[in-house]
Amino acid sequence: MALEDLQHNFLTGRVEDLVRWARRASVWPASFGLACCAIEMMATGGADFDLARFGMEVFRNSPRQADLMIVAGRVSQKMAPVLRQVYDQMMEPKWVISMGVCASTGGLFNNYAIVQGVDQIVPVDVYAPGCPPSPETLMHAILTLHEQIRTGEIMKRRSAGEPIHLDHEPSLWTPEVPVAVRVGTPK
Amino acid sequence: MIPLPPTAPPGVIAVDGLATDVMCFPTRDQYYALVKSFKDDGFEMCVDVCGVDYLEHPERELPEGVVATRFEVVTNLLSLFKRQRVRIRVQAGDDAPEVDSLFTLYPGTEALERETFDMFGVLFTNHPDLTRILMPEEWEGHPLRKDYGIGKVPVQFKESPGPR
Amino acid sequence: MTDSTVRTAERLEMLAVETSEGAQELQRRAETGTDELGREVGAVLRLPGLTLDPQSVDFDRRDDETMIINMGPSHPSTHGVLRLMLELDGEYVLRTKPVIGYLHTGMEKTGEALSYIQGATNVTRMDYLSPVINELGYSMAVEKLLDIEVPERATWIRMMMSELNRISSHLVWMATNGMDLGASSMMIYGLRERELILAFFEKTAGLRMNLNYVRPGGVAADLPDGWRDDVLVICDTIYARTFEYDELLTGQPIFRGRMVGVAPLAAEEALALGVTGPLLRSTGVAWDLRRSMPYLAYDQVEFDVIVGTYGDNFDRYAIRLNEIRESIRIVRQCIEMMPAGDYRSQDPKVTPPPRARIGESMEALIHHFKLFTEGFHVPQGEVYSAVESPRGELGCYLVSDGGPKPYRIHVRAPSFVNLQAISLLMRGGSMSDTITVISTIDPIMGEVDR
Repeated sequence: MALEDLQHNFLTGRVEDLVRWARRASVWPASFGLACCAIEMMATGGADFDLARFGMEVFRNSPRQADLMIVAGRVSQKMAPVLRQVYDQMMEPKWVISMGVCASTGGLFNNYAIVQGVDQIVPVDVYAPGCPPSPETLMHAILTLHEQIRTGEIMKRRSAGEPIHLDHEPSLWTPEVPVAVRVGTPK
Repeated sequence: MIPLPPTAPPGVIAVDGLATDVMCFPTRDQYYALVKSFKDDGFEMCVDVCGVDYLEHPERELPEGVVATRFEVVTNLLSLFKRQRVRIRVQAGDDAPEVDSLFTLYPGTEALERETFDMFGVLFTNHPDLTRILMPEEWEGHPLRKDYGIGKVPVQFKESPGPR
Repeated sequence: MTDSTVRTAERLEMLAVETSEGAQELQRRAETGTDELGREVGAVLRLPGLTLDPQSVDFDRRDDETMIINMGPSHPSTHGVLRLMLELDGEYVLRTKPVIGYLHTGMEKTGEALSYIQGATNVTRMDYLSPVINELGYSMAVEKLLDIEVPERATWIRMMMSELNRISSHLVWMATNGMDLGASSMMIYGLRERELILAFFEKTAGLRMNLNYVRPGGVAADLPDGWRDDVLVICDTIYARTFEYDELLTGQPIFRGRMVGVAPLAAEEALALGVTGPLLRSTGVAWDLRRSMPYLAYDQVEFDVIVGTYGDNFDRYAIRLNEIRESIRIVRQCIEMMPAGDYRSQDPKVTPPPRARIGESMEALIHHFKLFTEGFHVPQGEVYSAVESPRGELGCYLVSDGGPKPYRIHVRAPSFVNLQAISLLMRGGSMSDTITVISTIDPIMGEVDR
């Protein structure tokens, strides 16, 4: 994830590649932790599962300064308009990761109070399953998003029904699954 | 089973309860006076106020002399000094459930009573601010009532009903 | 204006209307009744003989001298989705009103649709920082209705896991409290220590959080081999590190300046508001359910109940720090005194048989089928059972109609009741104190809203 994979230097590389590399390497998440997944998101930013190595440890509190909204937790009916407001305040380019099953589909709570999937309110780029997803799962989701940004598969918000225009072949590279930091307690 | 306090209103039915020192069944008129008498007797803390909708279980076991209604408000009191618990179950009514608010005795019941109002529609007289607390303001209906559906969205490929 | 600008303006207006919560919000003074004004000011107490002092309520403040601002629900320091409306006079807080419900999940309604075995998965997500203790409160209520006995080893396992959970919950509190006050390294330390405990949870139960480990009848699985070494490493490491936190925070002048003497709470006020847990103990009332109304095996282990003196923020911090040490003491005793035996009740009507026996015995297969499709039936009745969670008294009121699902499950969440103290504690403080007050009350919005 360093300068090596630019494959050109900054004089001869394409501007788009440079821009995409820059966007990928410093995605700033907006802090939108709602419930239990927020604790796992904090743990991912902690020392054991470090998000700072991806340039993401600074959780911007103002949505105007953030690129990524990780919807971490269950979205209730009362919270839904607030979620939309925060999403609207973010500047383009912006991405959304739906963390956990409650944000992705409503999860365990199929009832009157929970929005059944945050993609009913905001367009989602990556879904991370789990209840809560362990930090490794969240990192896999983040790295998938990074890869999509790097190859340019996500360019801008598309309207419904519009086909994807790619100016190159989609990348076949899948991110390597991060090995679990530890299994069991250290001795 | 502990005896009722000396200032309790007469005629309150009291029995033994599970995991509690006494279980009382006052009528709506006796409710406030009974809680006040417990408070004067050393029950400093009101731990919980909640409601139950017995629409689908009307034949529940109640002691002699208690007239069952659809809605019930259950109050739990705690005495720290005597280490005792008291459960008070008042039958709140069928269509327009209403009981007295305990706010003037225990200010800590304010949020608990608002929640009971929000979820069941039980009105608390003399409550300073009886508005919805958990649901959005324009929500219609009281979700925990038994005739209010759970609001399930049908999920694809889910054939077997099971316990859910 | 282009089309999209018009649409954006309309949509913003629509959103402003949609996010407004009407009567639940703090209204201007002119529109608020006297009673409600008194309550929002924090003068909630109608102690006998004491009438509301008009001086303390600022009745004659005009609306244009003060400013109503909104904090949250999406806010870095409100510990979840808590929305606070504050009326400020310059930097000082006059009235406060918390607006909650942004995480309302309908768990009590969902609980009525789940069987008793599945109930633990639902309840565990209420107070998501101490899931084992939620499950414990629920399981104890079910067992009281069922009138079954839990084997001794299961009781001790439950106690050890509850105390480990208390340690991890207090560590997260220390981390977020430090973060709120600006000590961001405390965040890293707290989360780092917590990873040790979560790794042990993962080894035992399979999950780091929301374990679904404590179930009616016992626990889901026995402790893994070598658990004594693992837990001893946890105890020794965390105990040594609590002294590092002392060095980092306790004597530090800025920390003390922000915490000592700020937002004191008196004992009568706390009792009148129904406050329990470290918030109540900081006022000097030594009430801890583990000591006063013991459950599990807490009467067989030695530990101290930490009590504060002034009820200010610093007391609450010190109580939680020392409760970590007391919990470590309890866990050490659990390691020594853990009895051998079953980890769950052997009653076949309640506990599913081990998976290996399903292939051998027809009865085991039938029991497994019945228990996991329909669930076990609990006799009619109702019970209120309380345990001590890291935030206070966590009670579970369970009504059963004799069927396989609860008729009514109500969880008395300690944070829900403790949050009522917020207007009392914030009154007269400055804006920066609001953050420390919210932090030391330690609300968990999952259980506040359920």
